[in-house]
Amino acid sequence: MAGTDYSAELNKAGANATGVFGQLRFLARSYPLGAIGAAIMVLFVFCAIFADLITRFDPLSTNAAISLARPGGQHWLGADFMGRDVFARLVYGARISLAVAISCTAIGSILGIAIGLAAGYLGGWVDLLTQRLTDIMQALPLLVLALVMSAALGPSLRTTIIAISIPLVPYSARVIRSNTLAVREMAMVEAAKAVGMSEFRVAVRHVLPNTIAPLIVLATAQFGSTILTEASLSFLGLGIPEPYPSWGRMLSESAAEYIRTAPWLVIFPGIAISLVVFGTNLLGDAIRDLLDPRQRG
Amino acid sequence: MGAYLVRRFGLMLLTLFGISVIIFVLLRLVPGDIVDILFDSAGMVNPAEKLKIQQDLGLDKPIPVQYAAWIGGLMHGDLGYSYVSEKPTLSEILPRLPITAKLAGMALGFAVLIGVPLGVISAVRQNSWVDHVLRVISLAGLSMPSFWLGLLILMGFVAAFGTLPIYTEPPKTMLDGFLLLAVPAAAVGFRSSALVMRLTRSSMLEVLRQDYIRTARAKGASPGAVNFNHALRNAMLPVVTVIGIEAAFLIGGLIVTETVFNIPGVARFLVEAIRWRDYPIVQNLVMFIAVVVVVMNFLVDMLYAVLDPRIKYSD
Repeated sequence: MAGTDYSAELNKAGANATGVFGQLRFLARSYPLGAIGAAIMVLFVFCAIFADLITRFDPLSTNAAISLARPGGQHWLGADFMGRDVFARLVYGARISLAVAISCTAIGSILGIAIGLAAGYLGGWVDLLTQRLTDIMQALPLLVLALVMSAALGPSLRTTIIAISIPLVPYSARVIRSNTLAVREMAMVEAAKAVGMSEFRVAVRHVLPNTIAPLIVLATAQFGSTILTEASLSFLGLGIPEPYPSWGRMLSESAAEYIRTAPWLVIFPGIAISLVVFGTNLLGDAIRDLLDPRQRG
Repeated sequence: MGAYLVRRFGLMLLTLFGISVIIFVLLRLVPGDIVDILFDSAGMVNPAEKLKIQQDLGLDKPIPVQYAAWIGGLMHGDLGYSYVSEKPTLSEILPRLPITAKLAGMALGFAVLIGVPLGVISAVRQNSWVDHVLRVISLAGLSMPSFWLGLLILMGFVAAFGTLPIYTEPPKTMLDGFLLLAVPAAAVGFRSSALVMRLTRSSMLEVLRQDYIRTARAKGASPGAVNFNHALRNAMLPVVTVIGIEAAFLIGGLIVTETVFNIPGVARFLVEAIRWRDYPIVQNLVMFIAVVVVVMNFLVDMLYAVLDPRIKYSD
C-alpha cells in the first residue's frame, strides 16, 4: 500500500484525468452510487460542524407556546412536546451521531489493530488467548452487549461510546489477525528481519500497512452500524441521556403516543438516521469495490 | 470427527463460562443496585431496613461468592428469584419465550422467503435495472433502524384502520394471533432479508462464473435449471452460514421491535430487567441468549459439513 502512485493507478484505469477534481469526477462516474453516498456524508458532516450557522434555533431551549407545533412557518419540521424546534434538534443531533460514529469506529479499530496484530504476528499463547476472548465477545449480539455495558456504566455520551466501541473490537481484531497471518509469511517480512529491523518495527512498518485495506472496508461498515446501535440504545432509553438531541432519543420520546397526534416527531428523526446510514453503506460498498476487488459482486 | 466434536464442545463451554463471568462482573460494576432504586423511588431512608433487604437478596456478599451461588444454582436448575416480581426467574422467562421464538422464526422465514429469490434474480440479471433497484432497496433496508420501520408500520395501521394493533394473549383466533405477530416479524425480517439478499446475490455471482455452469449451459440445460438446480444449490452454502449468524443479528431487532409493538416477549423483558437492575433476570437471560447463539453456530458448522461433502472436520 505504502508508496502507491494513485494518479498512475487511476490513469491506468482509464481516468485520463489531471488534477484532484478530474480524478474525483472519474471516481464519481465509475461509482455513481458511491458518489451519492459521499455526497450524503459530506452533507452530514457539514450539518454537524456548522450546526449553529444552519439553524438559528437552540436545540435545548423549551417554549411552551409552540408545544407540538406542526411543521411549517418558522419551525420547518415542527416542534416537540416541550416546544423545541425539531429541525434544530436534528441538525445538532448530527453532531452526536458523528461523534459517536467516529469515536466508536476509531476506538474499535485501534484496539482491534493492536490485538489483531499482536495475535497474528506473535502467535502462540497470545493468539490463543485473544482468540478465545474474541469468541466470548462475539457470542453475544452487539446490541445485547452494548445494552448491558451502557446499563453498567450509566447513561452519558462517553459511556455510550465505550459501550458501543468495545463490542466492535473482536471484529476488527479478527480481520487484522487473519491478514497478518498471511502477510507474516511474505518475503518482504523476511527481508526486513534480515536487515536487522526489530520485531516491533517489522510488525508496525511492514505488516500493518498491508492489512489496512480490509480494515477500511470493515470500518466503513461499522461506521453506519454504530450510528444504528446508538440510535437503538437511545431509543430504549439506555444511551445518550436528555437533553442531548440524539436522533434515537428523539424517537423514544415521540414513539407510540405521537404516531396519532404528531407524526412529524416520528418521521423526521427516522429519516435522518436512515439517510446517514444509507450514505455510509453506499460509500462503504464503493470503497470495498475499490480496495478489495475480490469481494466485488 | 469425534475428536473435533469433543474439542468443539469444550470450546463452547469455555465461551459460555467466559460470558457468565463478564456479564456477572459488568452488572455489578453499576453504582447502585435494585435496593437503591427501590429506596430512591419510595423515599425510604432507614439504613437498617435497607441493609436487611440487601442481606436478604445476598447483595452484601463479595462478588465471587455471589457468582458461585449463581452458577451453583444454575447447575441444578435454580435460577433464583426476580428482584422486582419476587417470582422464580424461570417462571418469569419461560412463558415469554414462545412469543419471542415465534416472532424470531417468522422473521427468519420472512428473511429467507424474500431474500433468497430476490438475491437470485439480482444475480442472474446482474447490472440490469432490476439488479440496481434491488441493490438500492436492500441497502436502504439495511440502513433503516428496525424500530423506526416498526413505528412507520404502526403509523400505517392508524391511517388505514384508525387503531393500533394490540397484542393480546391468548389471541382470539389462530389467524388473529398469526397476523399480530406477522406484522412485527416483517419489521424485523425486512432488515434481515436485505442481508440475505445481498449475500445470495454475491454468492450466486461467484458460482455462476464457474466452469460447470458454463458446461451446463453448453449442453443445453434451460436457464431455469442452470440457475436453480446447478447454481443456487451451491450458492446457498455461505447463505446458510449467515442465516446462523443472523440469529444473533435478529435478537437486536427483536429487542427494539418488541418494545415498539408492546409484545410481551423475552427480548423486551430483557430491557425492562436491565432498567430495573433485576440481576437474576438479566444475567440468566443474557446467558440464555449466549447459549442460543453458541449452539446455533455449532449447528450451522455441522450443517455446513452435511451440505458440502468437501468439508470434513478433523483435528
